[in-house]
Amino acid sequence: MLERRPLLKSILSDRPKDLLAVSGLGSSTWDLSAVGDHHKNFCFIGAMGQAGAFALGLAMAQKEKRVLLVTGDGELLMSLGILATIANQGPENLVLLVMDNESYAETGGQPTATAGPTDLEQVARGCGIKETATFQNEEETEEIRKMVYGRAGPVFMNIKVFAKPPDLVFPHSFDGVTAIDRFRKSVLSN
Amino acid sequence: MVDSGKTNWHEDMFSVLRSQNITLVGHVPDAGHTPLIRLCERQNDMDVVTLTTEEEGVGLLSGAWAGGRKGVLLMQSSGVGNCINALALPQICRIPFFTIVSMRGEWGEFIPWQVPMGQATPSVLGAMDVKVFRADRQEDVGVTVDAAANFSFNTRQSSAVLLSQKMIGAKQFKEG
Repeated sequence: MLERRPLLKSILSDRPKDLLAVSGLGSSTWDLSAVGDHHKNFCFIGAMGQAGAFALGLAMAQKEKRVLLVTGDGELLMSLGILATIANQGPENLVLLVMDNESYAETGGQPTATAGPTDLEQVARGCGIKETATFQNEEETEEIRKMVYGRAGPVFMNIKVFAKPPDLVFPHSFDGVTAIDRFRKSVLSN
Repeated sequence: MVDSGKTNWHEDMFSVLRSQNITLVGHVPDAGHTPLIRLCERQNDMDVVTLTTEEEGVGLLSGAWAGGRKGVLLMQSSGVGNCINALALPQICRIPFFTIVSMRGEWGEFIPWQVPMGQATPSVLGAMDVKVFRADRQEDVGVTVDAAANFSFNTRQSSAVLLSQKMIGAKQFKEG
């Protein structure tokens, strides 16, 4: 098991200027916010299940920039079909990183399907994504970093993380227009 | 007979997509949309994305708009129901979500399962703040799609063009 927040901090420690980061509803958004506010972050605080599709659309609009989606097992499980859609489009600039805590941490830690027999990496592979991996150990942090930045996408990583949710850290704004306008302006400015 | 044979409304829609610089086309296919999908697939600068469920189209187009690219979601009225919670995203961020919906369950329908969502489509879209435009005649399709696209992308609000089953049915009947 890995600690989700130090992992994300490490991945984004020398963040390339043009990396676009999207986080799914819940703990992933608090994680991305905890790393530090950034104009090239877009954080979901609702519309559960939509983060993957949003990241795909963004990647198809900004083909020269790498798009990193950070989301949870619960958020992804709500829309597993998006893995098939992503595999069929094959965006080389899209990286999916799932913080798999095997639970709905926001709502009291009820187990998700991945606490049982469901294996998200196998789902991604079955959908046709070729660059996939599952990581379980802190020692693999460097390898995770290499996959985020060094492989042609679509890349899918399932990271087994501790279930205990870290403190809430809110993003720049809860207002959707404020959030998307700042993000879009930054994306389109270079 | 509604079908006057004077217009090719599929080509009219395609011309509007081109002139509006809409280059991303998400869809869950429907017979009413097939000619337009084929026209788009022939264009090198257009991406046609087959979705596993219509709600993916809401996120897809929203992400594309954030990245400076305009898109449209093509779906059947039954797919509108699949989009409901996803439509929170364009509503709360004021992203101009734009969709063209082929209607079922409203005119001469023979499959009863199509009726509930077909009948609920305008009110479901309205409930999620998607403005509804309707094209009942073939000659109105192009101008309606153009007006709705202008409305959405100029005012940053979501809109749907409903292609009435009366019109689509007439066309299919002729071709079949």
